[in-house]
Amino acid sequence: MNTMTTTKTPTTVLDANGVTMRFGGLTAVRDVDLTVNTGEIVGLIGPNGAGKTTFFNCLTGLYVPTEGKVSYKGTVLPPKPHLVTQAGIARTFQNIRLFANMSVLENVLVGRHTRTKEGLWSALLRLPGFTKAENASRERAMELLEFIGLADKADHLARNLPYGDQRKLEIARALASDPGLLLLDEPTAGMNPQETRVTEELIFAIRDQGIAVLVIEHDMRFIFNLCDRVAVLVQGEKLVEGTPDIVQSDERVVAAYLGTPFEGAPGAEEAAEVEAAEASTAKATAATDADSNTSTSTEEEDTR
Amino acid sequence: MTTNHTTPAPFLPIPAPAARIGTAAGATLALIGTFLAWTWTDQFPGDLTVTGYPGGLQVLTLISAALTLLLALSGYGIRGLRWLTPGGTNSPVRLLALGTLGTTGYTIGAIAYDLGGIVNLEPGAWVSGIGALIAALTALGLPGDQPHTDTRATAWQRFRNSLGAPQAPRPKALPSWAEILIIVAAFGIGLYVFAYGIDTDYTELFIGFLITTGFAFTALHRAGLVSRLTALTTKHRNITLAAALVAAVCFPFTQQKEEYALIGANILIFGTVALGLNVVVGLAGLLDLGYVAFLGVGAYAAALVSGSTMSAIGVEFPFWAAVLTGAGASLVFGVLIGAPTLRLRGDYLAIVTLGFGEIFRLTVNNLNGNSGPDLTNGSQGIPSIPDLNFFGFDFGLKHNILGFDLGRSANYYLLMLVFTAVVVLVFRRSGESRIGRAWVAIREDETAATAMGINAFRLKLLAFALGATLAGLAGTVQAHVNYTVTPEQYQFAGSVPPNSAFLLAAVILGGMGTLSGPLVGAALLYLIPAKLQFMQDYQLFLFGIALILLMRVRPEGLVADRRKQLEFHENDQPDVPEPRQSEETGAGIAKAGA
Repeated sequence: MNTMTTTKTPTTVLDANGVTMRFGGLTAVRDVDLTVNTGEIVGLIGPNGAGKTTFFNCLTGLYVPTEGKVSYKGTVLPPKPHLVTQAGIARTFQNIRLFANMSVLENVLVGRHTRTKEGLWSALLRLPGFTKAENASRERAMELLEFIGLADKADHLARNLPYGDQRKLEIARALASDPGLLLLDEPTAGMNPQETRVTEELIFAIRDQGIAVLVIEHDMRFIFNLCDRVAVLVQGEKLVEGTPDIVQSDERVVAAYLGTPFEGAPGAEEAAEVEAAEASTAKATAATDADSNTSTSTEEEDTR
Repeated sequence: MTTNHTTPAPFLPIPAPAARIGTAAGATLALIGTFLAWTWTDQFPGDLTVTGYPGGLQVLTLISAALTLLLALSGYGIRGLRWLTPGGTNSPVRLLALGTLGTTGYTIGAIAYDLGGIVNLEPGAWVSGIGALIAALTALGLPGDQPHTDTRATAWQRFRNSLGAPQAPRPKALPSWAEILIIVAAFGIGLYVFAYGIDTDYTELFIGFLITTGFAFTALHRAGLVSRLTALTTKHRNITLAAALVAAVCFPFTQQKEEYALIGANILIFGTVALGLNVVVGLAGLLDLGYVAFLGVGAYAAALVSGSTMSAIGVEFPFWAAVLTGAGASLVFGVLIGAPTLRLRGDYLAIVTLGFGEIFRLTVNNLNGNSGPDLTNGSQGIPSIPDLNFFGFDFGLKHNILGFDLGRSANYYLLMLVFTAVVVLVFRRSGESRIGRAWVAIREDETAATAMGINAFRLKLLAFALGATLAGLAGTVQAHVNYTVTPEQYQFAGSVPPNSAFLLAAVILGGMGTLSGPLVGAALLYLIPAKLQFMQDYQLFLFGIALILLMRVRPEGLVADRRKQLEFHENDQPDVPEPRQSEETGAGIAKAGA
């Protein structure tokens, strides 16, 4: 598996082309192009309400994009969540959505659903293939639990896991479908710095298995450490895309997050201006407040 | 536990040794009293006039008092009796003493009421009554098994607390043959108790039976024996199923009366349909309020091809073909009704299925030749369905097997048992497969389930169709058992149990998502109204009260799924699963069924 990262012949895994999502008069995502190549970790950042999760939902078929198309390894994806997962895209959710009353192992086994074929008749008649497939699923599930470090809690109910473990379990459940691309929606939300570092290691390990990762995150240190490429989404539109260095130094990105302190101020003088502005804090906070108020109006959540 | 280990204060302030002696002495007194005459005339049913030989309600007092004595002695730590109380020691004694008082008190009250005054009591009744009273009062003075959580608790709270007991610790491992023997013995006792309950000839005895078994079962639960048995049955699941099957096969041999065997057959039909509904409601989480319609489809299909003279189709299929017809018809209806409705979720689905259930009944009512084509004979139904005949074995006749007479109902009971076994197998195997896990996942979070690659609509339709087919299977037998099918049998709520409301109640009362729950629920919901004729008029009312009480006291149902138990009692039971056995990888996994 590791050979895939070393050969470095980037083939496109995910190709989102001109994805637009409108809810009535509101355009949550406007004409976004994004590609993810094999062995790549791509970050998707943006202020609250920028349309990141909506874009994710478009990719995974939870929403049917108003315009544009999403293809996975060259084939256009049908807008049905289970078909998208079957094709090879797995995801986690921003607000954890585990099967709370199932055990940890069962959660991962559910993730194996698309990769097993045993139907009702096979289960009822206990056909020879059934036990074999079932054992193989369990083996693979335990493997994954070991990979994320939850093997000793396999029999616990998912709801009783600590928060950090629940996040990890969601990743394991997504990995169970043997995806070629993993979409992580804020995997470190609510985690302390130490847990965040563990998650970072985990994502690198996933990448080393040859799985491309697309990750939404607010933790900038996390995202710039992790990602090969970062795309910035602001008000439903892609602002910049590039390596962390490029994105970090892009003034429009800073403006999107912090607001422009003085309209029309030249970029070169900006740092000096900000420093000057720090003296008169009251003025600056008033400006950022006003800006953030406008952007929170399009709060995104998976509303399904 | 290193916290201060003080013995919790008793409910009544009596020194513990005195309370223990008092309980044992009172129970002994009640026991002796049952051997004396309780009344002078045999007007009271059960003939309680004989001295030296307890009969009728006296037997219940005898058993209850004996159990009280046994557990009270176990409280002394006598060797050989300690296994009786691995959990709580004193609260089961308290419960049993109260149960003895309840049974004895009820008997005395019933004698006085039936015969007109307490002058009709003989000394034996007084001896037992006073003994039971002493036992109950002193048992309340035994120390509690669990500490008070609140020092300023009211008397009622303290009373309730004194009846509680902590969980039993993990048992020592027994050799597996001993464990299997225990399971077999438990099913033997279960069969005996159940047969005794059905065999009760008069209302007083049945009420006494309910009081005694209710208190005794709760006491055994508090003593920790029930949870130990559950642990054993989960460990030896196949043996448990086999033992249950054998016990069920033995049942008709214990019943001499035709009407009691019929109760057994009807309970089986009811339980089987409830188990089928459990696939839909318990596993896949689809609230289906019109489920009984599928039973009706199966029954009507079987009736139409049964060769009944009133059938619009004058054909007579062999039974196996009739079964396939019934199940097939239900399957088709399940898919037809499911396909459009399963796009809805939650409450909307419930309302639409309720509507379809009623549509079935009204349609059948109208296919009478006047307001529609003549197919089902309208409200008259299809009567005179002939009895089955397998290779010369006529189900309508009495047969002598191993020296026991098995009548018509017993024959159908055994036939139905085959179907029940099939449904049990289907439920268990589907529940533990990839399909069953997908159903539970859909029940838990449909959006997340689809994101995991589950085709939610297809699997929901599968659950709906499978449930419908199982109901159709049961319907084919039901048509023959009842001789006749009428539309009124298949309404949403009615006084005869297999209707949608009662089916759902059986599932919820017994325990959603479990295997034994719906069967237990169905047995209770059928047996109690069938035995207590006087409350038929208030049946739905009492049934509603019972449901409310159950939801208040035990929302997870009588037989709790491990998941449900944790869901509803999260605070008092931290989840500590059994340690995983390393050699058998798949054995320690929580299963959908219990």
